[in-house]
Amino acid sequence: MTSILLRTALVSAALIPAAAFAQDVTGAGATFPAPIYAKWADAYNKATGARINYQSVGSGAGIKQIKSKTVDFGASDMPLKDEDLARDGMVQFPTVIGGVVPVVNIKGIAPGQIKLTGQVLGDIYLGKISKWNDAALTALNPGVPLPDAEISVVRRADGSGTTFIFTNYLSKVNAEWKAKAGEGTAVNWPTGAGGKGNEGVAAFVQRLPNSIGYVEYAYVKQNKMTYTLMKNKDGNFVAPNDTAFKAAAAGADWNKTFYQITTEQPGKEAWPLTNPTYILMYKSQDKPVNASNALKFFEWAFNNGDKMADDLDYVPLPDSVKALVRKQWTDSIKDGAGKAIAFK
Amino acid sequence: MAATLPVTSYKPDDHVTPHSKPPERRRVAPWADRLFSILAHGAAWLTLLLLVGIIGSLIVGAAPAIQHFGLGFLWSTDWDPVQEKFGGLVMIYGTLMTSLIALVIAVPVSFGIALFLTEMSPRWLKRPLGTAIELLAAVPSIVYGMWGLLVFSPILSTWVQQPLQKLFKGVPVLETFVSGAPVGIGLLSAGIILAIMIIPFIASVMRDVFEVTPPMLKESAYGLGATTWEVVSRVVLPYTKSGVVGGVMLGLGRALGETMAVTFVIGNFNQLESLSLFEAANSITSALANEFAEAGEGLHQASLIYLGLVLFFITFVVLSLSKLLLAQLRKGEGTKS
Repeated sequence: MTSILLRTALVSAALIPAAAFAQDVTGAGATFPAPIYAKWADAYNKATGARINYQSVGSGAGIKQIKSKTVDFGASDMPLKDEDLARDGMVQFPTVIGGVVPVVNIKGIAPGQIKLTGQVLGDIYLGKISKWNDAALTALNPGVPLPDAEISVVRRADGSGTTFIFTNYLSKVNAEWKAKAGEGTAVNWPTGAGGKGNEGVAAFVQRLPNSIGYVEYAYVKQNKMTYTLMKNKDGNFVAPNDTAFKAAAAGADWNKTFYQITTEQPGKEAWPLTNPTYILMYKSQDKPVNASNALKFFEWAFNNGDKMADDLDYVPLPDSVKALVRKQWTDSIKDGAGKAIAFK
Repeated sequence: MAATLPVTSYKPDDHVTPHSKPPERRRVAPWADRLFSILAHGAAWLTLLLLVGIIGSLIVGAAPAIQHFGLGFLWSTDWDPVQEKFGGLVMIYGTLMTSLIALVIAVPVSFGIALFLTEMSPRWLKRPLGTAIELLAAVPSIVYGMWGLLVFSPILSTWVQQPLQKLFKGVPVLETFVSGAPVGIGLLSAGIILAIMIIPFIASVMRDVFEVTPPMLKESAYGLGATTWEVVSRVVLPYTKSGVVGGVMLGLGRALGETMAVTFVIGNFNQLESLSLFEAANSITSALANEFAEAGEGLHQASLIYLGLVLFFITFVVLSLSKLLLAQLRKGEGTKS
């Protein structure tokens, strides 16, 4: 045992210096956008030869790494508050939009057949509504054959941006949820079993009869899961799709700040559980070359990456928001001499 | 050994004379000996240093939580990252309970396996069976986790939990032990998966120590007319008890620290609402694996590290207890056993 420990220690000590390459741009953070960042990085590498190294370590760890300046950019699913950013001398900007979708597994129920409101969804996750044929559910879904069965509640066990979007939405629409559980990447869940990662929740929901869970949109599409319709702020029941996510992002006011949580946005078609994912960078750059390379990468992705994002079931930013992001780069991200970092 | 042998290793086709100047080789040895000694000492000290370093960094990392919650952390069941209220009882209970279930199942089964392999198995079966059991140890824990979630827990739910719930309906204490949603995940399924994972460890240690029992002792006992069970319980077990305890402790250590398989089937539920074996719960390692990456700086992270420190302490206590037990057993040696 001891010899194994020792060997591991020696091997890892020998490997550490080899891990970092000076000319590479490194980023770390959220796992949710990791597939699209990897795809963009690969295509960017083929197009320009420059290398982007993104470590999907989780939003919390990403924020820690950018704060200790071990990476050139951090990535977080949860936007940082403007005052926190100002204190650390950082800026944030969105890259792609994701949607969170409630999914169910009830025999004989097709995708989109069940309608939910935020209030009811919150009550289910509070454990107040515990049966599928509860009066609140049957009133929303007249004519749908809801079974007389216990609801198996499934949620994320790990801290995640998905949970943040979900609980932020519930806190906006369900007062009791806000008081009892609140919002965050991990909360004190009143009920339910926890699956690890989107794939864990998806597996749980598919395996447990009469269950409900929430996953990223991509998982719904790829696993052909039974999604529910949600009532949005305008009072319409909408299905989760690209148009509905874009409508939600367009409804936010991006002009003042990128601190936007786009859950429960106004808009006829807006899906209420939508949120962009963010990149964090320092305003004043010690390594302007790396910063410039990082911004060039995102600029390239904004111009050439929408199709790739679509393919992976992410929603690209509306052009108006992209223009605002570029403006922020010019205005805020500077090198040591106070000159704007080039990204074109 | 070789030096005492006569020169029988001389081969006719070997034209170089054997034993050409061995003394000269020895003269260059001193610095090599020194180097080897330094390396060996260094390795030993490095391990110790690593251990101290790990404890140190755990304490430093957990300091904010230790200051804020004190020892009350150990018996508080709150785990609320939003309100920043943390207590570790749910996870500590989950870790101890799943390991206990695992031991209760794994020790008798492993004993049976080892007994069969050493005393009763036909010769042709010994090797394949032994290898198969050792192969179980090579299965990655995540595979056990996925298998537990997708295959085992539905079986447990349909064939064990639901019949038990029907059987114990209305029986006061037993009813609470089997209550809970019929999903087949929770303490019991985690414990059973852990048992399957530690059986190969305990069984192979037990088999190895059973095999070193001098055949003369066993055969004398058989000669006196003892049955297989009597030989095992009166001769083999007393002779190998420290090895057996060591094997059990190895398994327990593994069960306490197992992460991936547990996190799949335990349900990751941070509330202690009932003592049911079928209730979703959480363990220390599972909580760490799930929450660490996204834990915000401050109390949440510190509390997770505090949990890690508690686990370190539990493992330390278990190890010390096993050493004590062994010392106690050794004291009794030579007298009646």
